[in-house]
Amino acid sequence: MIPPAANRPLGARWAYASLIDIGVFISVFAVIFGIYSIGRSWLGPVRVETEISQDPASLPLYALYSLVRILVAYGLSLVFALAYGYAAAKSQRAELVLIPLLDILQSIPVLSFLPGVMLAMVALFPSRQLGVELGSIILIFTGQVWNIAFSFYSSLKTIPRDLREAAIIYRFSKWQRFMELDLPFSTIGLVWNSMMSVAGGWFFLMACEMFVLGNKDFRLPGLGSFLQTAASSGNTRAMLWGLATMVAVIVLMDQLIWRPVIAWADKFKFEQVESGTTGGNSLLNFIRRESFVIRLYRRLLHPVVNWLTIRFASGAKFAAQTLASVQTRQPRRWLFWMAATAVVALTVYGIYRTVGELALLDRGDYVILLRSAGLTFLRVNLALLIGALWTVPVGVAIGFSPRFARLMQPLVQLAASIPATALFPVLLLVLIRLRSGIEIAAMALMLLGTQWYILFNVIAGAMAIPTDLKEAAEIFRFSHWERWRRLILPGIFPYLVTGMVTASGGAWNASIVAEYFHFQGKVVEAPGLGSTISRASDTGHFHMLLGATLIMATIVVLINRVLWRRMYRLASSRFKLET
Amino acid sequence: MSTQSTVAGVQPIIEARKLEKFYPQPDGSRIQVISPTDIAVYPGQIIALLGPSGCGKSTMLRMLTGLSPTSGGSVYWHGHPVGDEAPNVSIVFQSFALFPWLTVIENVEAPLEARAFAEFERHKRALRIIDAVGLDGFESAYPKELSGGMKQRVGVARALVVEPEVLFMDEPFSALDVLTAETLRGELLELWLEKKIPTRAIFIVTHNIEEAVILADRIIVLGRNPAHIHAEFSVNLAYPRDRKEPQFVELVDMIYRALTRQDHPELAEAGAPVNEAAVRKQYVMLPHTRPGGLAGLLEILVDQGGRADLHVLADELSLEVDALLPTVDTAVLLGLLKLEEGDAIITADGHAFAKGDIQERKAIFRKAVITNIPLLRQMEQALKAKANRTLSAEFFEDLLDEHFSQDEARRQLETAIQWGRYAELFDYDAASGKLTLTES
Repeated sequence: MIPPAANRPLGARWAYASLIDIGVFISVFAVIFGIYSIGRSWLGPVRVETEISQDPASLPLYALYSLVRILVAYGLSLVFALAYGYAAAKSQRAELVLIPLLDILQSIPVLSFLPGVMLAMVALFPSRQLGVELGSIILIFTGQVWNIAFSFYSSLKTIPRDLREAAIIYRFSKWQRFMELDLPFSTIGLVWNSMMSVAGGWFFLMACEMFVLGNKDFRLPGLGSFLQTAASSGNTRAMLWGLATMVAVIVLMDQLIWRPVIAWADKFKFEQVESGTTGGNSLLNFIRRESFVIRLYRRLLHPVVNWLTIRFASGAKFAAQTLASVQTRQPRRWLFWMAATAVVALTVYGIYRTVGELALLDRGDYVILLRSAGLTFLRVNLALLIGALWTVPVGVAIGFSPRFARLMQPLVQLAASIPATALFPVLLLVLIRLRSGIEIAAMALMLLGTQWYILFNVIAGAMAIPTDLKEAAEIFRFSHWERWRRLILPGIFPYLVTGMVTASGGAWNASIVAEYFHFQGKVVEAPGLGSTISRASDTGHFHMLLGATLIMATIVVLINRVLWRRMYRLASSRFKLET
Repeated sequence: MSTQSTVAGVQPIIEARKLEKFYPQPDGSRIQVISPTDIAVYPGQIIALLGPSGCGKSTMLRMLTGLSPTSGGSVYWHGHPVGDEAPNVSIVFQSFALFPWLTVIENVEAPLEARAFAEFERHKRALRIIDAVGLDGFESAYPKELSGGMKQRVGVARALVVEPEVLFMDEPFSALDVLTAETLRGELLELWLEKKIPTRAIFIVTHNIEEAVILADRIIVLGRNPAHIHAEFSVNLAYPRDRKEPQFVELVDMIYRALTRQDHPELAEAGAPVNEAAVRKQYVMLPHTRPGGLAGLLEILVDQGGRADLHVLADELSLEVDALLPTVDTAVLLGLLKLEEGDAIITADGHAFAKGDIQERKAIFRKAVITNIPLLRQMEQALKAKANRTLSAEFFEDLLDEHFSQDEARRQLETAIQWGRYAELFDYDAASGKLTLTES
């Protein structure tokens, strides 16, 4: 996949090579120490109620712990998402179940998974810290995985017919098809969704590293718990140190990982003609030109991939396949029936248990649940409205002016990458003094967490409005209002809808951290569905947790089906700019 | 027209017997796309499958290669049914179908990887074929850096690198500009005639008559509704063939006539009693054209004195058959034009249409549509019958579904809506999918 080394003067290549190799060599020590600390921590005995340090000096190690957690969770997410998306796209039967299920899973907030996940993990590794660690990682995973799975699935579904035919007529094995068609075609979607997922990981980090479960208090050393502890004890200095560290880690990751990866992913764009280049990335060029990564690829990865490709290649002996048979290849009958029976049995059992748990709720509880659902509904939609109100004019201004865009893009990206939850305690310091400060703070957090989706989409939409339409508006002397009504709003509509859908789902999920917070030694809460879930999880009221989760999932799925899907249809039929 | 050109005593590489394609309908009937057809691919031949677009050429190619399942009949590969073993064939695609994330050489090597060639051997073979198609120096370029012609060279190299016994080409040059296409045709012939490739037969699908005559030893002309072999020609001209040569021109003209005559068997027996088949075929298949092109065609015909050879007409408009035929079909359907032995003759209505202004044209069109197109007549009547003069387009799509495949039904309805709007029979709101009668 990486182009063969160009014929460059040997001397220059060696200079680069030694420079970067020395760098790599030095960092190996840091890596070894990191692995050692993590190993010692994970394999050590269970430490319930670990004292979380408030000393800024412990921040580097804590940052490493958190980073590793997020990356491991992301790795799991990627593997799981690829398998899930692949299964859903390749088997029609699986698709029937997996895709609606994805909708539902995506709407369940992280904390609702908490009791199940933690109890299972602690039961699996009762004497090791590993159990708690894995629990935390799986929690982060549940917030990251679904959008990646959906992205991979929809990419697979849109692979052009002629490419699929070429893969069949040239006798690609499943492995080769995966490596040379399925995966490359999906790469761009995967990269963008990975970025979103990892950002989501940072957002929910505080909730995932420190939580109460009934009478047990779990604390894992990390950036999230550092921030959380600082907020609980009202230690402003530590709060700011933690925030600064998190921003530094995120900016570094952005520069060292995401920028080069996005530049690299450019070659997977499915286009027949080269479009305006994205300018490339200096780090990527450095790596490409440079030796270590390339050599690692050539010596290690390439031979393995090559060996696998040949190993799986079916060679000349090859039964004919048709496009149809590849698409609808059914699994063995008994396997299907066994799986179906298991799924049905589990579902029935699940419903039975759910009904049993829900029976424990009395009428008063239901009143509370419905009222809090209404409150959160108002809060979420008000936050969305405010988000749309400011992002649309700003996004259009950025999208219409390349100069302004160059200026603003990095700033906006930096602002968007800071997890709002880390900023939240600082915000609370100010807002808590106001009369309805907590209400404002809750909405501010939802807004901070989700407005970027709207903004980025509006910018993209504004940039996609063709110049000739803008010129037509100019020639016909549209008034300011007409310009907005006739040109800009219809033009950005599909993008705005996409942004709002993501933001809406995100805001609902964010309510669990926005409405309930440990701050300066007490619990600060705004009545709502999110705080109901958080409190139920904190106090071990599992039936309440279950009821609230079900209501939230139902509302989110319903809003998606009733409102957003219709908007999508409208966007794709009436407001699509076709060339 | 020559006789069926079988090669005596030579076993075909691929042979299809009673090959057909249909879509069974829920009510037990079927939509026939390709009627039972025999086709054989003999070694040493270039075969061209010629026909208007949408007639089922590509489906035929996909069934012969084993890509698309057959509804009936079988395909044999050296006498063995395809399906037990894949035939050693390659396809060159109209859209090139290159993997944009692989370099030229990686694209060419991919089929060899699938056949478990070791890396060194892969490289050697890929370089050899890249050299042969004239892509030297572009090995590490990505497809998007290449021009259309270069991309299709990569497509050809990728197809040839596995040394296929039969090379299938699906409209390989129709996405290219005229000059590039001509160059590539020449290069293909050179590879073939000088035996630089071990390929034993080439099967090319095209809608371009001249392309077929330049390349092929044998030309099979497909007819439509459902697809069937309409005519077959042997080409015995020596390579390289000259477009100006009288024999070349005569053959092109002959094929042209075969192509145009095929769609109107009913014209031959005008006035024949309405038979059962005609009743069942209540809906005539509408050619997918916009009414806008009619005027241009008829005006030129008037300039030519009201009668012209279709071949001349196509030249005049610098169109290929593919582009001209649907418009001619439309004019014939509407009674604005008659066909006689490859000549188009304008009718009185056609003349009035060509000479009229926009409003007069619309009036003539409206009358012609109501008289000649049952579907539009039915649509108008149904709308009139409703108190609010409004119906959902889906209603008509359901009706059409019984007569056409789902895709075709949708296209038929789209065309009918286009024509109805032009005729000012009704209005259509795309957002709601509602048709509303235009009150006159």
